Amino acid sequence: MFSFLVRRIIGAIPIILGVALVVFILFNVVGGDPALQMVGKHATAQQIADIRREYGLDQPLHMQFVKYLGEIVTFDFGRSYATRQKISDMIVNGIWPSMSLAVPAFLATTLISIVLSLLVAYFRGKWIDRVGVILCVIGMSIPSLGYILFGQYVLAYQLNIFPISGYDYSLGGRFEYLILPAIIWIMLSVGYDVRYYRTALLEETNQDYVRTARAKGLSEPRVFFKHVLKNTMVPIVTNVILEIPLLLLGAFLLETFFGIPGLGYITIDALNNSDLPVLKAMTTVVSLLYILGTIATDMAYALVDPRIKLK
Amino acid sequence: MSTATSTAAELALDSQGTPKGRSLWNHAWTRLKKDKYAIICALIIIVYFLIAFLAFIGAIASPWDKVVGPSYAPPSTESMEMWFGADIFGRSVFYKVIHGTRVAISVGFVVALVSVPIGVFLGAVAGYFGGVIDEIIVWFYSTLSSIPNLLLLLAIAKAVGKGMGAIYISLIITSWIGIARVIRGEFIKHKQRDYVTAADSLGASHFSKIFKHILPNVSHFIILNISLQFMSAIKAEVILSFLGVGVSGPSWGNMIDEAKLELARGVWWQLSAATGAMFFIVLAFNILGDALRDALDPKIK
Repeated sequence: MFSFLVRRIIGAIPIILGVALVVFILFNVVGGDPALQMVGKHATAQQIADIRREYGLDQPLHMQFVKYLGEIVTFDFGRSYATRQKISDMIVNGIWPSMSLAVPAFLATTLISIVLSLLVAYFRGKWIDRVGVILCVIGMSIPSLGYILFGQYVLAYQLNIFPISGYDYSLGGRFEYLILPAIIWIMLSVGYDVRYYRTALLEETNQDYVRTARAKGLSEPRVFFKHVLKNTMVPIVTNVILEIPLLLLGAFLLETFFGIPGLGYITIDALNNSDLPVLKAMTTVVSLLYILGTIATDMAYALVDPRIKLK
Repeated sequence: MSTATSTAAELALDSQGTPKGRSLWNHAWTRLKKDKYAIICALIIIVYFLIAFLAFIGAIASPWDKVVGPSYAPPSTESMEMWFGADIFGRSVFYKVIHGTRVAISVGFVVALVSVPIGVFLGAVAGYFGGVIDEIIVWFYSTLSSIPNLLLLLAIAKAVGKGMGAIYISLIITSWIGIARVIRGEFIKHKQRDYVTAADSLGASHFSKIFKHILPNVSHFIILNISLQFMSAIKAEVILSFLGVGVSGPSWGNMIDEAKLELARGVWWQLSAATGAMFFIVLAFNILGDALRDALDPKIK
């Protein structure tokens, strides 16, 4: 187990360096003068020179890259250009609001999708299944912006069931702000998941052992819930685990629209303010967390599926 | 498709008396023709293409920024221009949707047309040759796919600058990865099969083995991926334009961006028109993609 972990981390180093190189090229090399982009066209030469000095842009490119690698290792990305806050603090403060939306919404989505997919797969070929599949495809095709804007308008603005946007750091107060974005999150992802799980369940029902179970006289519910479901758990759990690294991002658009000050909100805010140091740090950190997440995923996957050995 | 007819077709003899088999494409086409939903979806996509083309050459909805009525005039059936109402400047929302269609279709078309060949070529080369070439290509796409897609798109679009070019470049850079992965996996499987060894022993070159022998056997993955790429490019364009790093002028994303503040004033038509236009083409691609996948699956005959 330990040697597997060490090997995976060493294997990830070229990827981490690659990510650093791509981000550096995008922000410091091809993007034109970052200082000019941040202060705008009407800045004085003195202002531009100050910014260059603060972010080390007056140094040669290879020195800038070394400095950037140092920032990654020490997790110190300097200060935001727009708000003057320390970027590392901004990121640490953003993780908790992001997680308080993402984790409950993700768990609810998974639970609902599994239940619904069992329902449609059990009644495969019947009208429940057909209606279910049609609803899934329609749900997948509605643009995410449509869900968010119409959901917010109808449920929060017109019917006044939920607050329109906002966030409360106290545990109880937060709840009322998070319900609507969580509902929209579930609506956004349930179509994909149900369809995926349904396919996995149906593939399993065509296996030989299912025919054997039926041939020896087992009832259909017993075949389905005992034999089929048990064997489908592997693809289901795989899908769930593979989605976990993506949670680190929260949901950019949901956070922005509902004023939840998470990582997605900070990123979009930085984009609107041309706050390149924040955007760069955010891209770097989320990518690194994603890489670590995939390593954790591999290990969890190996634990779930006995056929995979941690060699 | 019943087993009886397909067996009969396979046993049919051609003029030289050798058994005439039916290709995967033959089977797929026969099956697709019978799927009336797939045909309807294909027609919907063709209509979108036609609208985009006519708007591109200026035959319809030109000019889109002409003032046709009062600010925020609600939809009415009086004239075609007013079908979807007017925006804040009194411009026809219907015309804007048509030009948004032009933008969306051209983004989907260009991105799929450029990124799929790149992905197929790199995936084929990596899978076929293996070794150092494989490691470099895999490293390259693993790196790009470790950066969350939206962040990478935003960073590229920001670096390249605003406009259509930025959208094309950022989507092409991120879109070839999926197909490259699939094609690489297939090439690794296929390169050891007997038919490739046979071609090798007859003195076939690497070029001929890759493109003449193996590629036709994995081509159904490419067709499926094109429809997938097209759909994701359209979705991504809307998000990027909405976030303000995309095109200027009418696009579904820009319309949704304008409309997000109009809703509170009861102006629902611009948002509905843009999301509706996007919904139908994505729905059509989803259903057609499923039908294609079923039709091209050699296991279901």
